[in-house]
Amino acid sequence: MRTEQEEIRLMKGNEAIAEAAIRCGCDGYFGYPITPQSEIMETLMDLRPWESTGMVVLQAESETASINMVYGAAGCGKKAMTSSSSPGMSLMQEGLSYIACAELPCVVVNVMRGGPGLGTIQPSQADYYQSVKGGGHGDYKLITLAPASVQEMADFTMLAFELAFKYRNPALILADGIIGQMMEKVVLPPYQARMTEEEIRRKYPWATLGKLRGQKQNIITSLCLLPEEMEAVNLHLQAKYRQVEQNEVRYETLHCDDAEYLIVAFGSTARVCQKAVETAREQGIKVGLLRPITLYPYPSEAIARIAGRGRGVLTVEMSAGQMLDDVRLAVNGAVPVEFFGRLGGIVPAPDEVFEALKTKLIKENV
Amino acid sequence: MNIIDSANLVYRKTPVMTDLTMHYCPGCSHGVVHKLVAEVIDEMDIQDKTIGIAPVGCAVFAYKYIDIDWQQAAHGRAPALATAVKRLLPDRYVFTYQGDGDLAAIGTAETIHACNRGENIVIIFINNGIYGMTGGQMAPTTLDGMKTATSPSGRSVPLNGYPLDMTKLLAELDGTCYVTRQSVHSLGAVRKTKKALRKAFENSMLEKGTSVIEVVSTCNSGWKMTPDESNKWMVENMFPKYPMGDLKDR
Amino acid sequence: MAKVKGAVVVDTEQCKGCDLCVVACPSDVLSLSKEANAKGYNYSFMSSPDDCVGCAACAYVCPDACITVYKVKI
Repeated sequence: MRTEQEEIRLMKGNEAIAEAAIRCGCDGYFGYPITPQSEIMETLMDLRPWESTGMVVLQAESETASINMVYGAAGCGKKAMTSSSSPGMSLMQEGLSYIACAELPCVVVNVMRGGPGLGTIQPSQADYYQSVKGGGHGDYKLITLAPASVQEMADFTMLAFELAFKYRNPALILADGIIGQMMEKVVLPPYQARMTEEEIRRKYPWATLGKLRGQKQNIITSLCLLPEEMEAVNLHLQAKYRQVEQNEVRYETLHCDDAEYLIVAFGSTARVCQKAVETAREQGIKVGLLRPITLYPYPSEAIARIAGRGRGVLTVEMSAGQMLDDVRLAVNGAVPVEFFGRLGGIVPAPDEVFEALKTKLIKENV
Repeated sequence: MNIIDSANLVYRKTPVMTDLTMHYCPGCSHGVVHKLVAEVIDEMDIQDKTIGIAPVGCAVFAYKYIDIDWQQAAHGRAPALATAVKRLLPDRYVFTYQGDGDLAAIGTAETIHACNRGENIVIIFINNGIYGMTGGQMAPTTLDGMKTATSPSGRSVPLNGYPLDMTKLLAELDGTCYVTRQSVHSLGAVRKTKKALRKAFENSMLEKGTSVIEVVSTCNSGWKMTPDESNKWMVENMFPKYPMGDLKDR
Repeated sequence: MAKVKGAVVVDTEQCKGCDLCVVACPSDVLSLSKEANAKGYNYSFMSSPDDCVGCAACAYVCPDACITVYKVKI
């Protein structure tokens, strides 16, 4: 049931993120322009939420400053976010490591483009390792959501804040240039009020809002010089990550019930693969598709279960094969795992995927 | 006659300081500046409204000694944190506490841009011309010819460039409202620094822009001198390059 | 003219014997003790208590906030 406040609109993925941020009661956005995600801040500046909800929107001097502004805002228990694209994300890794250790909830959006280096502004998925394997220094994890539609850009903005606050952990929306730039129908959620200071003090007593009389001071820090204490901090983080892995795995399957072959792909690549699965099915080949929605935590069990019933897995990515490692770890040698990818900003076509399926996987099993 | 009686008290440690012994080396200027910040917070009765941003460097543990809410920033990023805190909590007093490596090297961009935006924050800049915490390496503010762990024969301009006068640079920016250079080596200097801090904290509620207080300081262990010798060396050598007084007050 | 008499109390366990209060005192009231505190520092003490006027110069410059100052008019 849609409420009256919900709205159906045709918009870009980047614009949907901006709309959803305001609607979910975000307190502050801090960012730096970079293609292909600049519409997020542009939309926010156009919508002027500081006049409606009171949300602060600020263009910073760099991605380094943006992520540290997010640190400052999140440290006050505020809903804070930033967005960038691949080269900018590299600059943010320092801040993310500090934020993860200080256990600050925040949302970061990466609309990936082709790299390495300055690369290209065309879509890519080559920041998978950076996103789910750490990225910055130290043992930490970002809860990573991979949207595959404009609708999910909006929905995951809300979900990312929810998970970030639930676990006091940064949450990453890992999109790519296609999802950021393409236009689709999207149902925008109703407006939620921003949290009041009383609410923040009650729900998040660690927030630095000013030390009230009779209360202990709050300190947001990632420093812990004694190795025994630092190990305890790490063990606490690891325990939290185990909880996340237990509770928050999300994925979607298509035609997996009778699948002899399984394709694993995320984000816009999953939509390309969906078409390839349809083509295969039309030709009588029993292919299924598993789309991880959370890249961390990863749907390893589901992949192992479905792949274990079949004859092989094809991983498709816009990279040289990064998620491939996690698929192989999940399948653990039970069946062959092959890879098909395009690099440098090129989007694989459905027929290329179908061809790869036939040449790399099915042929082997003949 | 019993002089030691609360009725006769003229000076005591402010309750805004915690009871912990500070980790600083004997005679370190940080302790005096910490005390002055705490005294100003106490006298303005803003302990519940003040959020400090601690740096990386010797003052990383400032949060242990001043009993207010704190965030500890990555090296150089304190002005970015302070920007967001103040923008989201405009009725709070927000200050950064940064050393010369933090503010004038790795955090140059964050410092200049926070000041240029005219963030209504206080920036406290401890300039002792050296990296204390990491063992006395050269800072951007190290004087020409000054010996440090990474300039063992003395800073050389052809190799290392000139000592950076960040405060002068910040005074040029339209976003700053009050830029002053002080020290804490004598009774008179301490009183002036406290007055400057008070003014800066008051400015942050007047929407005038950023207040910057440089405190030219000593690092006696890094300089390899006694605290008293350090003070004298500072007056003789640091003050000509970093002269005392207000650079801007509007 | 009223005469002023002062006294200082040093928190000897917090004192690090940096000597800055000794140098700052205009009346040469303070010295560093021969005894060391638990951390091994020769803490400051009133070696000439009768000369103290309670000006608090020592306390103002003390980096460790370990000096309390009292003053009476006599």
